[in-house]
Amino acid sequence: MNEILAQVFQVGFFAALIRIATPLVFGTIGELFAERSGVLNLGIEGTMMLSAMTGFSTAYFTGSLWLGILAAMATGILAGLLMALLTVSLGLSQHVSGIGTTLLCSGLSFFFYRLIFGQPSSIPNIKPFDVVPIPGLSAIPVIGPILFDQFALVYLAMAIVPLSAWVLYRTPWGLNLRTVGENPDAAYSAGVSVTAMRYQALMIAGALMGLAGAFLSMAQFNAYTFGVISGRGWVCIALIVFGQWSPWKSAAGALLFAFIDALQLRLQASSIINVPYEVFLMMPFVFTIVGMALVSRNARAPDALLKPFRKEER
Amino acid sequence: MQPPVPLLEMRGICKYFGSVKANENVDLTLFPGDILGLLGENGAGKTTLMNVLFGVYSPDGGRILIEGRPVRIRSSADALRHGVGMVHQHFHLVPCHTVIENLMVGRPGRSGRLDRRGTLDGMAEVERRFGLALAPDALVSELTIGEQQRLEIIKALVRGARVLILDEPTSTLTPQETEGLFSALRSMAAAHMGVIFISHKLNEVRAITNKLMILRRGKVSATLDNDQSISRRRLAELMCGREITPPAKPPATRGEVLLEMRDIHTGGTSRGRLKGVSLQAHAGEILGIAGVSGNGQLELAEVISGMLAPTTGVFRVSGREVTRPSPRRVQQLGVGRIPEDRMGTGLITTLPLASSMVLPRIHEKRFSRGGFLRQGAIRDFVKEQMQRFDIRAPGPEVRTGTLSGGNLQKALLARELAWDPLVLLAAQPTRGLDVAAARFVHEQFLELRRRGRAIIVISEDLEELFALSDRIAVMFEGCINGVVPIEEATVQKIGMLMAGVKEAA
Repeated sequence: MNEILAQVFQVGFFAALIRIATPLVFGTIGELFAERSGVLNLGIEGTMMLSAMTGFSTAYFTGSLWLGILAAMATGILAGLLMALLTVSLGLSQHVSGIGTTLLCSGLSFFFYRLIFGQPSSIPNIKPFDVVPIPGLSAIPVIGPILFDQFALVYLAMAIVPLSAWVLYRTPWGLNLRTVGENPDAAYSAGVSVTAMRYQALMIAGALMGLAGAFLSMAQFNAYTFGVISGRGWVCIALIVFGQWSPWKSAAGALLFAFIDALQLRLQASSIINVPYEVFLMMPFVFTIVGMALVSRNARAPDALLKPFRKEER
Repeated sequence: MQPPVPLLEMRGICKYFGSVKANENVDLTLFPGDILGLLGENGAGKTTLMNVLFGVYSPDGGRILIEGRPVRIRSSADALRHGVGMVHQHFHLVPCHTVIENLMVGRPGRSGRLDRRGTLDGMAEVERRFGLALAPDALVSELTIGEQQRLEIIKALVRGARVLILDEPTSTLTPQETEGLFSALRSMAAAHMGVIFISHKLNEVRAITNKLMILRRGKVSATLDNDQSISRRRLAELMCGREITPPAKPPATRGEVLLEMRDIHTGGTSRGRLKGVSLQAHAGEILGIAGVSGNGQLELAEVISGMLAPTTGVFRVSGREVTRPSPRRVQQLGVGRIPEDRMGTGLITTLPLASSMVLPRIHEKRFSRGGFLRQGAIRDFVKEQMQRFDIRAPGPEVRTGTLSGGNLQKALLARELAWDPLVLLAAQPTRGLDVAAARFVHEQFLELRRRGRAIIVISEDLEELFALSDRIAVMFEGCINGVVPIEEATVQKIGMLMAGVKEAA
């Protein structure tokens, strides 16, 4: 047992954990903005897939990773606008619109990938992001290599959690957003445009989902594959319930999920426990289900979640 | 001296919903210091007119002038900017946010952050001028209904409203809370604000307003000064277009006890839990249950209708103890129920009217045999009831949810009365109904009473309870705080009991 622990809990393990958590943090915080405004964005999985593809392709042809990031974010914003059009302007079912958006976006990503790259014998790849050690901080023993010897996008994810908490709870915009998600009538009668708030929330959500997708195809991996997202979007949705719609708790959930994911990767690689590797692959998802079941009893979703707002309705 | 400029003028306002003329050429003038009572039946267009003024609906015609200047109000934001504030009948608050968070919504911040200090200053100003105060960090869900309403008013005043619209503000208040509201309204009038007070409680409108405007079917049927020369009857006539007299109530002939509860306790939330309720309903009497909402009335209704099992206590219907209560069991013992939420536990909005009206009896041979519905019998039954109770709907197949409030209530009544219940439980039986529909419901209750049934009416409308009841039981914090025979009942006495004061012996 001690042998396993020693093999697993090394600095590299925790550094990997942080990298695994990064796209989940982007996706979760993005989805959080959407849900706090009252829109469940089930388009997250497809949005991440499509932006992973656009980001990768842009980087592949321009040679600029940051242009790729911009392209991925723009893709996410467009997908968010589509969701907004369907659920806010047209007031359609959020479940159906979200699943439709996911199917459309994932279909588009496969389609354009084929169109652009054909069926190459070797998978096209890019030179992905390099780690950017933060001078000074990265030299701290243990903590340094775990937290401060990472990709630039990892630092961004670290910043985005407190930033989003600050925006949600300390700014007028955040209060308006939360009010729109709880009681749109209250927001409207206080002079807030429910439509504008939800559009803005879905665009921000889309941009962050775009970052999540781009991180996977441009930092964690160096290529776009059809399985690049493999359910991480759905995990984000579960993490929000787990985190009870709070940015801090949801991010903590992302870390916990990443911990188990990193753990199962190590256990797979180690030959000490002799079980089929699929068992390990399953672990993070089992955790998600169990965690949700435990926590969701007292989780309270925003009151107006899933409800379209129509002011002239009688 | 020049005549004062009106604070607010609405001229020729028209608003249509499809072919329905909700407002047609409505003129309204409000001077500083006015408290205008806006009267009318349900569907007369009162709320529509106010929603036009508050920017929720855009009018199909007409103009709005504020202090003589024409303005365009296309959203609530516009209305607030022009000094129009509105307190909706259903509060527009976020229960899980604090008082001050609800006040800061839609307001600009200070250097990018929420302007807590500025809002506190605004609250202090409102308290100084109008005597309205609340703890800024209290959660809205922990406030009483009266306090939530005060928050809605403070919200409008903090935003600098000079015209305040109140839609049915007293329907959920105790008489004492109502008096508090009225004194705040008087201080607003004294500060040269204008108040528009929508209500169909004539007594209150007469007590607080100085002008009256009556709408009927979307048009102004009268605008008059509120002085003693207008009779109550005349006002009712202007509202309905015809005279409506309350149904006659012959003296009671009290018989045996049909429903009895002794020391009933229930589980549940601390606020609504029953903590030792004892009451008796006799044959041939109407027992009124008064109380501020959330003092156990809902739970009492659920126990009587078999939906909530008491943890301790004795519950008897016509002498037989109900040991294992279920809705069907109490129904078989002869209890009919008109629940508070007509659309929830009453009728099923998404089903055809016919299904809604037979569902509680669907197991009876009359309506089903061998697991199959007898559609013909169901249709005939419903058609018959529709005729008997004058339920206006295209037919038994129409979706229940498309009926108006009055017709829904008639459908419920028809369903329950078709089996001639021994005891009828009715919760908020006339809430949201217009005068004519309410009178119909009351007539049915009095008819049951004449035939020696027991009727239990739970209502937040004291006028209704005074008009109907033979005795009024007042609930407070899960107990019956007192039972007053109608001859001895006064609004003050009931109000004190509602507020938790025990009767001085």
